[in-house]
Amino acid sequence: MASITGLTCKTFAPISLFLRSLRKSLPKNLVRNASAFTFHPQDPDKSLGETAKMNLFQSLTNAMDIALATDQTAVIFGEDVAFGGVFRCTVGLADKYGKDRVFNTPLCEQGIVGFGIGMASVGATAIAEIQFADYIYPAYDQIVNEAAKFRYRSGNQFNVGGLTVRSPWGAVGHGALYHSQSPEAAFASCPGLKVVIPRGPTQAKGLLLSCIRDRNPCIYFEPKVLYRAAVEEVPVQDYMIPLSQAEVILEGNDITLVGWGTQVHVLWEVAELAKEKLGVSCELIDLQTILPWDEETVVKSVQKTGRLLIAHEAPLTGGFAAEIASTIQEQCFLHLECPIQRVCGWDTPFPHIFEPFYLPDKWRCLEAIRKAVNY
Amino acid sequence: MALRSFCRCTLFLRHVRNVGIQTCPTISSRHTRLLSTSPIFRTDMAVPSDEDRPQFPGSKSTFTEKLEFLQPDSYDGIPVYRVMNRNGQVIDPTQDPGLDKDTIVKMYKTMTLLNTMDKILYESQRQGRISFYMTNYGEEGTHIGSAAALDPRDIVFGQYREAGVLLWRGFRIDEAMNQCYGNAGDTGKGRQMPVHYGSKELNFYTISSPLATQMPHASGAAYAIKRAGMDICVICYFGEGAASEGDAHAAFNFAATLDAPVIFFCRNNGYAISTPTKEQYRGDGIAIRGPAYGITTIRVDGNDVFAVYNVVKAARKLAVEENKPVLIEAMTYRVGHHSTSDDSSAYRSVDEVRYWDKEDHPIGRLRRYMLSKDYWDEDKEKEWMQETRKNILQEFAKAEKVKKPSPTEMMTDVYDSLPRSLEKQLEEMKQHVEQYKEHYPTDKYDEIHD
Ligand SMILES: Cc1ncc(C[n+]2csc(CCOP(=O)(O)OP(=O)(O)O)c2C)c(N)n1
Ligand SMILES: [Mg+2]
Repeated sequence: MASITGLTCKTFAPISLFLRSLRKSLPKNLVRNASAFTFHPQDPDKSLGETAKMNLFQSLTNAMDIALATDQTAVIFGEDVAFGGVFRCTVGLADKYGKDRVFNTPLCEQGIVGFGIGMASVGATAIAEIQFADYIYPAYDQIVNEAAKFRYRSGNQFNVGGLTVRSPWGAVGHGALYHSQSPEAAFASCPGLKVVIPRGPTQAKGLLLSCIRDRNPCIYFEPKVLYRAAVEEVPVQDYMIPLSQAEVILEGNDITLVGWGTQVHVLWEVAELAKEKLGVSCELIDLQTILPWDEETVVKSVQKTGRLLIAHEAPLTGGFAAEIASTIQEQCFLHLECPIQRVCGWDTPFPHIFEPFYLPDKWRCLEAIRKAVNY
Repeated sequence: MALRSFCRCTLFLRHVRNVGIQTCPTISSRHTRLLSTSPIFRTDMAVPSDEDRPQFPGSKSTFTEKLEFLQPDSYDGIPVYRVMNRNGQVIDPTQDPGLDKDTIVKMYKTMTLLNTMDKILYESQRQGRISFYMTNYGEEGTHIGSAAALDPRDIVFGQYREAGVLLWRGFRIDEAMNQCYGNAGDTGKGRQMPVHYGSKELNFYTISSPLATQMPHASGAAYAIKRAGMDICVICYFGEGAASEGDAHAAFNFAATLDAPVIFFCRNNGYAISTPTKEQYRGDGIAIRGPAYGITTIRVDGNDVFAVYNVVKAARKLAVEENKPVLIEAMTYRVGHHSTSDDSSAYRSVDEVRYWDKEDHPIGRLRRYMLSKDYWDEDKEKEWMQETRKNILQEFAKAEKVKKPSPTEMMTDVYDSLPRSLEKQLEEMKQHVEQYKEHYPTDKYDEIHD
């Protein structure tokens, strides 16, 4: 890599040395402090046979590889996907399946989604990539007014069930306003769509294959901070995980914790901290599908625990936690021991240097649990 | 209709090439007539002409009885206007902008300052000192040539790879460093990623990462400026990749139909991250779109700082004096990686990069010109490079020591004043951080306050 910049830069070495001499040790990366989370790998499901070690982006590549191999109509496209994508999710697929099945598009999100809708409308399987969830908004009209309503407005004569839109999502430590957003709630009020967010490689593969094969347009958000950080033994065979089913990860008695994507790992650690520091037993639920969401699993859990905490990175106001909270108070009113707790991003744009203060980190979640049990 | 008009466009462009940077008077008047609701135009519409011309309101053209499709290659490529050849020799002396020695030396110094700043900040990102960086390698000519031709009051809407424009206007190294560090000296208050500069003082709007969104803003700002009767214009920089966005279309079409005094300056550097231009568009670059929108257009060698200067100067005159939008396509090459998140060896050859770095670099070209004029020599070069490096490293070291802004600044400026909901959230954050302070990097930030 240095070779290229080195071409214009004869003075590279001295600069580098000087910079190093500025401080003996590099400043500890500020942002990693409070926003740190520990990835909790999932044990491989033995019934699914042979496994291979994969990180999140590799398991997604693997899922798309299977999708292309098992469905001749399937194509993958978006900005920079041909060389493997800026997050390396499509590496090798253009070589394996050809440039007519894995290709770059011009730089235009509304075009990418609109094109995918057109392909899906004639029965093809369209896997579109939007480079960052923050850049999905130019395609919002196509997603909300077209993809989501294609079936309904035609009396089910037409549909675009073959469309899946994948997009990197969520905080990454240094992404600031436009490389960090979690816009799931913006799509949660679009009947006709399915919205899915995985937390790790094994689950990601099964959920992505379900989205690709589901007969409804799906938005699939990928926690970008997990692309490399999340490594698991992933079953190599073709398998799917049902949509609209939440997963109870930890069983507990005192409070239900609900999250999705990266936040599941934060809550996992919080559950451990709560046990250790407060003697509180937490039930942890990964919602997985935001729309249509699995009310039943959450209701059942809250009827048992009597308390609920929901956490997400997106701003508090109008976030999906609000939707869950309102449903749960309706369904579990007499079971609730305390107000439902929401720990979310503040009601501001996502800030660069303040990320450690912005995120619903483990200490904010732990404090909310303390409040809930002491209510 | 189209074939004729296209031929006329080509003629227009050929004419531009022949007369250099002056625009063709016939064409300008034709444009004015087309775009205005002048009496001539209305008469044209109302009275059926003897020649049996089509009367459709949507186009001005002629009838034909030949079934002939307009082919994308039925016209020549738009020529690239230049002043110097690759060796820095002026080809046609009438095209020499005639800048004085001081201005030329200042141009060179700003281009090399940018280049040195890029090297240092790029390397500092590699070391984990700043979180991100984007170099401007190879595109220095487009920045400095255009910035020098503008009035400092002209409003700049940039994409992100135009730091040279800011430096030309007097943006200080410490301001750039503070922004990249997101420290308490950053006027953007540490909220955005590095290179998202902005300066009210220098009439440079704050960079926004979403591509092409600034383009319709530029048209709107230009329109308002026209209405206010100000003798300035707006310049909007964008990449050839961003030009594929819907917003780019909106911007061109609005500027054309509303006669907005805006200069659309496309930096066509061959790539949008990994995507080469041949996968970005099939037509003759971005310039060819100009005539289709009814916009006066020119293509220029972006590695020729004098050519860029001439073109922007002339475009500015058209914008300010005739309230016209102008499209400039500056052909150049992105010598660096897209950003520190990118390794371009995955999609282009080192030889390709080496060619542009060694054989056709804007800095090299200007240096050769200056050497031939005796404006510059090896000693001056050495001294200047040493001085620049020293200054930048000093500012860098200073910026690294400055604390981050107070986390309170996370909540301000969302609205003009803090709404009750945020007041509450600020209080909650303050209390929480106080209670759990050992888990937050508070020592690296200014104190949280109300
Ligand atoms: C709406 C939007 N989509 C995608 C991106 C991601 N992105 C950032 S830069 C870039 C390429 C831009 O290329 P170009 O406009 O040619 O400018 P250059 O980087 O070559 O200067 C892309 C795809 C973005 N910032 N905004
Ligand atoms: Mg480009």
